[in-house]
Amino acid sequence: MDVTFRHLTKRFPARRGSSAKEVIAVDDFDFTISDGELVGLLGPSGCGKSTALNLICGLLTPTEGEIFFGEENVTAIPVEKRGVGMVFQNYALYPHLTVYQNIIFPLQNLKGKDRLTREQMRAKAEEAARLVQIGALMDRHPSELSGGQQQRVAIARALVKLPRILLLDEPLSNLDARLRLQTREEIRRIQLETGITTIFVTHDQEEAMSISDRIVVMRDGRVQQIGAPQTIYDDPANLFVAQFLGTPPINVFHGTLQGRRLLMGGVPVLATDTDEIRQITVAIRPEGFIVDPSVPFSCSLQAVEVMGRDVSCVCTHPAMVNESGRMRAIIDAGTRPDAGVSDVHFRLKPEKVLLFDPDTGERLYAELSTLR
Amino acid sequence: MMEQKNYRAILYLLPALLFLAVFLVYPLADVFIYSFEEGFNFASQVYHGIGLHNYRYVLRDPYFIQALRNTLCLVAITVPLSTGFALLISVALSSLPTLQGLFRTIFFLPYVTNTLAVGMVFLVIFGRTPYSDGLMNALLSVVGLGPVDFIDGPYAAKMFVLCFYTIWVVLPFKILILTTALASVDKQLYNAARIDGTSRARIFWRITLPMISPMLFYLIITGFIGAFKAYSDAVAIFGTSLNNAGMNTLVGYVYDMLYGDSGGYPSYASAAAILLFLIILTITVINLLISKRLSYHTGGSVR
Amino acid sequence: MKKLVSVLTWILLIVWALLVLFPFYWMLLTSFKSYGAYNAEFIPRFIMTDPTLDNYREAFQGVPLLKYLWNTLFFTLCTTALMMIISVLAAFAFARLRFPGSDLLFLLLLSLMMIPAELVVITTFVTLTDLGLRNSFPGLILPSVASVFYIYLLKENFEQIPDSLYYAAKVDGTSDLKYLLRVLCPMCRPTLMTITILKIIECWNAYIWPRLITDDPRYYLVSNGIQELRENGFGRENIPAMMAALVVVSLPLIILFLVFRDRIMEGVARGGLKG
Repeated sequence: MDVTFRHLTKRFPARRGSSAKEVIAVDDFDFTISDGELVGLLGPSGCGKSTALNLICGLLTPTEGEIFFGEENVTAIPVEKRGVGMVFQNYALYPHLTVYQNIIFPLQNLKGKDRLTREQMRAKAEEAARLVQIGALMDRHPSELSGGQQQRVAIARALVKLPRILLLDEPLSNLDARLRLQTREEIRRIQLETGITTIFVTHDQEEAMSISDRIVVMRDGRVQQIGAPQTIYDDPANLFVAQFLGTPPINVFHGTLQGRRLLMGGVPVLATDTDEIRQITVAIRPEGFIVDPSVPFSCSLQAVEVMGRDVSCVCTHPAMVNESGRMRAIIDAGTRPDAGVSDVHFRLKPEKVLLFDPDTGERLYAELSTLR
Repeated sequence: MMEQKNYRAILYLLPALLFLAVFLVYPLADVFIYSFEEGFNFASQVYHGIGLHNYRYVLRDPYFIQALRNTLCLVAITVPLSTGFALLISVALSSLPTLQGLFRTIFFLPYVTNTLAVGMVFLVIFGRTPYSDGLMNALLSVVGLGPVDFIDGPYAAKMFVLCFYTIWVVLPFKILILTTALASVDKQLYNAARIDGTSRARIFWRITLPMISPMLFYLIITGFIGAFKAYSDAVAIFGTSLNNAGMNTLVGYVYDMLYGDSGGYPSYASAAAILLFLIILTITVINLLISKRLSYHTGGSVR
Repeated sequence: MKKLVSVLTWILLIVWALLVLFPFYWMLLTSFKSYGAYNAEFIPRFIMTDPTLDNYREAFQGVPLLKYLWNTLFFTLCTTALMMIISVLAAFAFARLRFPGSDLLFLLLLSLMMIPAELVVITTFVTLTDLGLRNSFPGLILPSVASVFYIYLLKENFEQIPDSLYYAAKVDGTSDLKYLLRVLCPMCRPTLMTITILKIIECWNAYIWPRLITDDPRYYLVSNGIQELRENGFGRENIPAMMAALVVVSLPLIILFLVFRDRIMEGVARGGLKG
């Protein structure tokens, strides 16, 4: 089932008596999610991603714009009739019902010709339970389950009525690190098995990158970029996206374009094809550095952290945008600088260097290449 | 979230609002109107004037004066005694190493029993039988006192029975509230005080009492209100003709005016009820002012 | 010194326990004494010598005690059931279905708690008399149904249930009413039971309003019944039979209390009722 947003906007009025202004939680959403896709809504907290999810399921009504499921305009359809499945952040299992009763709860709401017999309900519940592998827990109460098991029950409950769309609100945030890895693979597997269009919300870029077909990066209610995880990582539309994705985060420098060269801290680092002369913001992925004593660009080394195959060099450089001047370069362990060295010289990989407008943060495109 | 369909809430509220409007809000407004309508006739539903006549009549009625005196007497005796006694028992109960549950259950028993039924047992205990002066007098004669006619005798004896029974009836609630309050005091405070070498008496006065003072004031306020509204207890012991027994209370006066021996004067009843309400209101405000000055504030634990 | 305090504590508690229990004991004891034996006592007897059930027979035959019990049961069940339905619906509306002005309305509702019953009984009495509802069950039941306090208690409890359960139910296609019945009420069962029991106790012991609105013995509740019995029936001289009637009237509530004592005591402590 496709999901299409047409100029979807949600404004929350300013609260009376407080100084806060009107909040635009979702600002002019206008894109389509294709059938069977797993899409992650990614953004820092307060960016409006949860609001967007609540608009899709119908818990909130949009201020402007429309939502379509396939050809059907569902904007005015109340939440009960929208036929979506939703997994809540804290799972929202009914504590007084058993796992089985929780799972069939949505089925018991069906009326008229959709009404199911007891046997049909059991069959569907067992099917859903099998999918999330909790068949042995059917008679327990939620309080007797671990966090991961509760999560599975919540997913089973959302899936049992074969929803048109599956929504997950921060599905992994209440799990510990090990379970998180396991569960996100699980979600991916279940989604592929059922083929249901799935939208999930997260503030964790790693989570979003690892399982999504496509990611929607949001900030202050506006969509910043939509695309496949790798595309967004390699080719971010603006500085915010570049900074939000990737661990360790991208290093941001003040730079200058001059004489067909890119200069950082006064020294040339890369060649370009443009004749423009201007100030520019340079962002370099940590893996974009290569130790090369023969080039002029140097940073003062603070610490070396061992990561196994790679090492992470914590350095400072005066051209860094952040005040601490700290940056991080991930280099091959074989090229690690000797102990006691205070300055490291780096050559840059051109494909890992991104240019942005210092005022707007918009991406600037210029051909970059290694200096000869 | 969920900002649509708010009008449905009205459907859920409707029954409650209807009942409250008919049986609480409307009567409240009406009772004031009644109290100012002079010469209201129940049968014909007419009146011939508006004014303070009803209040004047009530205030001059010897039965009202008597009821007022009885009620004040009851309040003055039972409120301090029952509160103090409840505190004593609760502290004793809380210090008990075992059997707390059993005692709590026994002490609470009067709360769930029919006030009238047990009142009649008190009547039997204090009253006479055909050939004896009754159980209480038999006990009194053992210590060389007696016989006293508690039911039809001197005013002091009758008032004693009424006060005794009232305390017996109100104590369970107070003990329950106080034991709950005592149990909720942080045990670490006691331990800290004991480590500092504080004496038991000092712990009680400086820690326990301040910590439960909000509940204590709550009990005193509700105790005043409850005692001013005394009625069933008196009926249980002295019968419904309280005026004849000389033991009527203010609430009893209101009901007797409304319907009963002298019955059928809602205007007088309304005036008396409003006077009663004003008395209670005054006492409660005074109580609140005092408790606000003395009470230890734990951040709104009084409800 | 410490020992003395401890001994005094025990004495105090035991004496008060005996004082509480004694009336019940005396009621029970007297109810088994025969009419003749009781009246012939020069010195009251503290133990049973010739137990007899005559008094209970007399209590049921001499007055329509069974009828009073039945009336009270009917009154109690109807009032409690109606009260629960109305209160649950209203509490749900206040706790869950926010609507413009709901806070203000709730505040107004709370302020109604301060109105003493004595003040409103007068006009209610006149109103129901005008409607010809004296000596009828509607007249008995209707004014006892609305309770601001229980609405307040329930609303507080409902609000403790996490919002996400409501949203989950909505996404799964549940109507408000069904959510209330299938999720909210089962989850708040302890409070619902406490309120039910407290209301039952209140109804069973009701005296003032039943006394005003009924003067026909066919509609008497137990409280009025025994009062009537005492003043105009055999209760004037046949004390043992009177006590037998009191035992019959008191027993149901005492049993209810013993079964649910923790719940009742906790509920009363939380509610601070009977103020």
